[in-house]
Amino acid sequence: MTALPSAAFPDAFDVARVRRDFPILDQAIHGRPLVYLDNAATAQKPRAVLEAMDHYYRESNANVHRGVHTLSERATALYEGGRDRARAFLNARAREEIIFVRGTTEAINLVAQSYARPRLKPGDEILITHLEHHSNTVPWQMVCEQTGARLKVVPITPDGALDLEAFERLLGPRTRIFAVAHVSNALGTVNPIAELTARARAAGAMVLIDGAQGVPHCAVDVQALDCDFYAFSAHKLYGPTGIGVLYGRREVLEAMPPWQGGGDMIRTVRFEGSTWNDLPYKFEAGTPAIAEAVGLGAALDYVDRIGLDAIARHEAALLSYALERLREIDGLRFIGSAPQRASVVSFVVEGVHPHDLGTILDHAGVAIRAGHHCAMPVMDFYGVPATARASLACYNTTADIDALVAALQGARDLFGGRG
Amino acid sequence: MDLRDLYQDIIVDHNRNPRNFRTIAGAVRLAEGYNPLCGDKLVVYAQVVDGRVEDVSFVGSGCAISTASASLMTEAVKGKTVAEAEALFTDMHELLTGKSVGDPERLGKLAALAGVKDYPARVKCATLSWHTLNAALHGEQTPVRTE
Repeated sequence: MTALPSAAFPDAFDVARVRRDFPILDQAIHGRPLVYLDNAATAQKPRAVLEAMDHYYRESNANVHRGVHTLSERATALYEGGRDRARAFLNARAREEIIFVRGTTEAINLVAQSYARPRLKPGDEILITHLEHHSNTVPWQMVCEQTGARLKVVPITPDGALDLEAFERLLGPRTRIFAVAHVSNALGTVNPIAELTARARAAGAMVLIDGAQGVPHCAVDVQALDCDFYAFSAHKLYGPTGIGVLYGRREVLEAMPPWQGGGDMIRTVRFEGSTWNDLPYKFEAGTPAIAEAVGLGAALDYVDRIGLDAIARHEAALLSYALERLREIDGLRFIGSAPQRASVVSFVVEGVHPHDLGTILDHAGVAIRAGHHCAMPVMDFYGVPATARASLACYNTTADIDALVAALQGARDLFGGRG
Repeated sequence: MDLRDLYQDIIVDHNRNPRNFRTIAGAVRLAEGYNPLCGDKLVVYAQVVDGRVEDVSFVGSGCAISTASASLMTEAVKGKTVAEAEALFTDMHELLTGKSVGDPERLGKLAALAGVKDYPARVKCATLSWHTLNAALHGEQTPVRTE
């Protein structure tokens, strides 16, 4: 994911055509064309996803796995079709290894409560990193409180990369679980997950990868990675909110008790005791997000059609251009500059608080994120309360970056500069 | 909506050069305000003698709206009685939430913050210092939070 020089925009990638697939982009905000650079929060949805969900509700809506009527069979086929697409996308061995959840957060909580909680004992350790989103920190803190296990944290270097020597030191015989982000949402750092997974597994730990920011930018092969769990959310990958995927190694999932009880996750229910359904349904209690699974499938098809590699090349070239242009702004300081990074740029501007930047940029039609990015420990590390973050997607252009830079200059002018 | 309605010169000025940006030593009432959502954090100090705010100050870090609001607040309440300061708090709250203010004249320079009402996400920035002052005047121990 090394950035290409700005001249090397891939010819094959027709960004103008890609933009036409996203109806929301064609609008004005405060009288200026929308420039959407908040993709790490959530990405916009292509027409293919909107139409797939609309068609589902218009033509096939019914509950799944229950009825014998035509619509129910259709809905079931469409829902399970989403699962097959997700299996192929992650290159999982079997569809039983794909659990539909609400999103990455729920996936991690599921593993914390169903895998970790019954197994961990006082003295056991869970290893995370300083880069994690709160959703890959707090569920582990909760399970530590419940079990007496200890939370250990791999520190980061000043540029925002993991301290790999410290990782080696912290990984020990007591490490039962290693949970790590594929890509940092706050800084864009791409972690060497293959290497980390191999080391942690060799040390006897289970490995969970938070792929929320990973899947939009890099192809993932869970068999090649050999991780135990990989989680992602559809909405950051051009799909709908409300659905995500937990991949789990089959034998691990088999050994885990259900997390939530209810319909669909049972085989038999007697007041004396109930028995559980097979994978993946054991972990899918209640009526699932059916239209969203259909939308996820359509999003994965869309990404396939454009090509994740082509998207990654486009984003890398754009990131390189953005870094070059942002250096022109006086008083701008990048937060995080790891050598391996995805198309996420975090920064602060001297004399202009990130929240003011957010409001001022919005007036120029430019949507960025301002805040702690659910990564307060990362903010603490850099000694800032918040940062501004621009994050890129397949439909962003150099013109978007130019608009961002112009709006940032405007913010500097409005606040009269400083120093 | 013009950005200048929000970031008036007076707001920009008080952000760059906040007034009464200092601590007050000795017997003072103080309270801490924190907005965990955006990380704005400040401490308001108030020296009250015979029911009158003899001196008031603040320290901390925040966005332009929160810093300018705190700075303007210290100027406005200095020398006022506690009751008058509370009445101003009520007026400010109404101004910032878009309700009609009883006596706009009374607000003076504080009226520069009126533009905030058009930015719902930023109202909490402007009210943080006022809630914190209120807590200081009433001797509340728990940090004030707006989010």
